[in-house]
Amino acid sequence: MTLDSLYVKETKAISRTKGSLLVAESIPGVQFNEMVDVRLATGEIRRGQAIDISKEATIIQVFGGVSEVDLVASRVRCKGETLKLPVAKDILGRIFNGLGDPIDGGPAIIPEDYLDVNGGLVNPAGREPPAEFIETGISAIDGLNALVRGQKLPIFSGSGLPHNRIVAQIIRQASVKKTEEQFAIVFGAIGISYDDADFFMQNLEQTGARERTVAFINTASDPVIERISTPRLALTAGEYLAWKEGMHVLVILTDITNYCEALRELSAMREEIPSRRGYPGYMYTDLATMYERAGRITGKEGSVTVMPILTMPDDDITHPIPDLTGYITEGQIVLSRELERKGVYPPIDVFLSLSRMMKEGIGAGKTREDHNNVFMQLYAAYAEGCNLREISTIIGAEALGERDRVYLNVADRFEKEFISQGEVTKRRVEDTLDIGWALFSALPEEDLKLISEELIKKYLPKYAREA
Amino acid sequence: MGKIWRVSGPLVIGEDMKGAQVYEVVEIGSDRLIGEVIGLEEDKAIIQVHEDTQGLKVGEEVKGTGTILTAELGPGLLGSIYDGLQKSLTVLLENSPFIERGAKAFALPRDKKWHFTPTVKVGDAVSEGDVIGTVPETHLVEHRIMVPAGMKGVIKKIAEGDYTVVEAVALLEEDGGGEKELIMMQKWPVRKPRPYKRRFAASKLLITGMRILDYMFPLALGGKAAIPGGFGTGKTVALQQLARWAETQINIYVGCGERGNEMADVLHSFKKLKDPKTGRLLLEKEIFIANTSNMPVVAREASIFVGITMAEYFRDMGYDVLLVCDSTSRWAEAMREIGGRLEEIPGEEGFPAYLGSRLASFYERSGLVECLGSPERSGSVTVTGAVSPPGADFSEPVTQNTLRIVDAFFALDTTLANKRHFPAINWLTSYSLYVDGVKDWWSEISPQWEATRATALKLLQQEAELEEIVRLVGPEALPESDKLILTVTRMIREDFLMQSAYNEVDTYCVPLKAQLMLQTINRFYELAQKMLDSGISTAEIRTSPIIPRISRMKNIPNDEAKERIKELWSEMEASLVPQRGGVV
Repeated sequence: MTLDSLYVKETKAISRTKGSLLVAESIPGVQFNEMVDVRLATGEIRRGQAIDISKEATIIQVFGGVSEVDLVASRVRCKGETLKLPVAKDILGRIFNGLGDPIDGGPAIIPEDYLDVNGGLVNPAGREPPAEFIETGISAIDGLNALVRGQKLPIFSGSGLPHNRIVAQIIRQASVKKTEEQFAIVFGAIGISYDDADFFMQNLEQTGARERTVAFINTASDPVIERISTPRLALTAGEYLAWKEGMHVLVILTDITNYCEALRELSAMREEIPSRRGYPGYMYTDLATMYERAGRITGKEGSVTVMPILTMPDDDITHPIPDLTGYITEGQIVLSRELERKGVYPPIDVFLSLSRMMKEGIGAGKTREDHNNVFMQLYAAYAEGCNLREISTIIGAEALGERDRVYLNVADRFEKEFISQGEVTKRRVEDTLDIGWALFSALPEEDLKLISEELIKKYLPKYAREA
Repeated sequence: MGKIWRVSGPLVIGEDMKGAQVYEVVEIGSDRLIGEVIGLEEDKAIIQVHEDTQGLKVGEEVKGTGTILTAELGPGLLGSIYDGLQKSLTVLLENSPFIERGAKAFALPRDKKWHFTPTVKVGDAVSEGDVIGTVPETHLVEHRIMVPAGMKGVIKKIAEGDYTVVEAVALLEEDGGGEKELIMMQKWPVRKPRPYKRRFAASKLLITGMRILDYMFPLALGGKAAIPGGFGTGKTVALQQLARWAETQINIYVGCGERGNEMADVLHSFKKLKDPKTGRLLLEKEIFIANTSNMPVVAREASIFVGITMAEYFRDMGYDVLLVCDSTSRWAEAMREIGGRLEEIPGEEGFPAYLGSRLASFYERSGLVECLGSPERSGSVTVTGAVSPPGADFSEPVTQNTLRIVDAFFALDTTLANKRHFPAINWLTSYSLYVDGVKDWWSEISPQWEATRATALKLLQQEAELEEIVRLVGPEALPESDKLILTVTRMIREDFLMQSAYNEVDTYCVPLKAQLMLQTINRFYELAQKMLDSGISTAEIRTSPIIPRISRMKNIPNDEAKERIKELWSEMEASLVPQRGGVV
């Protein structure tokens, strides 16, 4: 400890407030991004952060907003450190707010360590490529967009679509093929409604996963500024459990759209030059510093898998929020309103959905040898069918040739039998692949170009039965 | 020399900075964070910091280093993994899997000894660029030690044996008088292009093993190309394929502001991949720069210039170098962020007005050149940059500014990617200005290249028009000849243009095999047309057992291609025969 830190750094000279920002005179010795306490005339203490420091002024972002701050009696006191989360294994089963304080009525955490909420910067050369298949029991994910440990795979949804139910189903069903390893769930609720937050907590309770869950909850009525810290706290907790406790952690962040709105609000307050649609130019980097915390580290037991959920404004996938997210994450699961209307659950649009890490996680020894071929052939067949469906809406199905009608039919069956499975069904990945083969039976065999003859002989039902 | 006056994100303003130069490297605070002066105002200096500024205080020291940002060049580059400032990530990894702020690591190991064999003798007059000796850096690459730029004189002493990069290997008596020790390591300011004698027009095909590039939109050695595409269109896979299989002597992969897991995947896969020609590990000819998206934004610019400087250095030895950069958009965004913080008047979409010239200063460092010094040699730097347009909209500033500079454009298409047609390079909108340049090269592989390529492109163009019609009247209403075109173009698309990066055989296709494959499809079209004329319907032709055989040509190994495709031809000629007595 240096002599410097023995002095209390405090100022009363606050010159101006603006939104949730507070401009004070220059505080000697304040660090960039240091946490401060803002003491109001009433004695109430608010937390804040020094976001711009200079010899002329210190600009402080106040968590909880600047209401009741006055320029005469309020004081700013430096804490001497940046935002840190107290961690211990006891955080499992607990609920915290967007600043990391417990809100479940339980005792305070006795910390084993204090961790910087921005996390450490993982050396790219020290990362282990994710390759362990997570079976979610959902065909559209396991079969076509497989999730692996250490991946960041978002769900792009729209308002009113059942993304919460799908995530709850994943939490209930997810398992890794071989092991009984320790796993944990970290739930970061960012500006969502109380009902949504409650839905998740109830669900976790029912499945008995509550003891393995840490929740950080910032509901729509909580301060906007805390939406910036909530996901970072959640990821810090996740990293602690993964890297220090060796657990496999699934971090669920919902809803990233609320996070980005908060970021935009803040940026406007700081009078920054806006980029697309008023969002700050650094939004890509800002989101990346969160999403990139997913992964595996060579030589460490645990893993951090991140599943952010976002609602696309007006179902527009080119909107900056899904767009920038898609550029950072390793794929995306996109929900479709059209399938939802058709009564398909889960309504996953398999054309827009993608998992970049899938290749590493599937195949012989991981799922099944035919997985990649089945996946490619299903896509090809469904794409053909959908293309013909588009044509047939104009010219009528009668005007199509016989081969074309076969494809049309397979596309319909694919939606009904493969994608649609209901909320309580858990399908093994082998079952998922077999449904694929059942669909292939309807196609002319010479069209199965993407599958080797050997696999056709082994798995196509008509040969499989003979064997 | 100075003190911190203000900290705002990655930007620091220092005071008492009189005497600092623009682009001078400074060290900030007790952790000695690396920054670059980007502007001066009286005694204040505006500094962009390449590392995380959290925790800095007003009044902390800012120390000038007197030099601008340089790269270390010499034996030890190959197989290395660097961050954007050329710190060795492998060295940093020895302490912790996390990168600590202000952590330092040399780019070239200082203790490793390399075997130096001289190629000049005492008394030889040498000048800049002359090769004075060689080091077998890896089995694939001989590292040539050159006289640094601006030096001229007579060799007074020359060594032979094992030396580190900082030990003298030669003593030079300079023309202006005085003696100078030469070491194997050189330093070069990254923002400054390295000199050469003269430039040539690009005329030799850069073999990439990707059919749609080599055959349809060829890239030439010394060329510059852009691959724009929305997310999920396969930019990264395409670039990785280039870095793997391109037939250049050195490949440099710059991951600029992209995913950490993908970078990990690249690094791990290269530890196993072998060079198809020599059977040695590909790692022996690769250099990686990994500046992932969560690393400080300012270092993105540095990563690109460090990469191109290393490329030029190997070019100067007389090698063909490929530099791939994923993605230039992230660098442009870093410029936008800094520009915004400097409160510069923005150009389009908030990007700085100098975006175009900055991009050009990078791409223009590509080229096929005659190198400085003796022995006479030529080398090339080929640059391929990915662009990530927001919302896959190519009208945005980064794509448009890039298009004005590059000579080849591989447009990745979201619709193709959604149909899982990979590589999702759109054949109607992509182009290459190197087609004429590589014509002679191709004619040595096959005199039919130009004709076959033209036929295929014409058919694909016709297909696009026919599809418009199909959308209105349905496929059954088309005349038989048009139906046949659709059948053939489907074969061109699926059996030729589609290429799997994950299939062991298909991932790399030699030009000759590509030629034979497309020629086969063309021949099929000719034969089928005759059948059609004799009264056989397209539907019937479609059931021919030869079609699935054609679609499996991809899986024929490169060295068996000639023989096995020849067999396929004779079968095809025998089975696709016009109906006897039909109307001809």
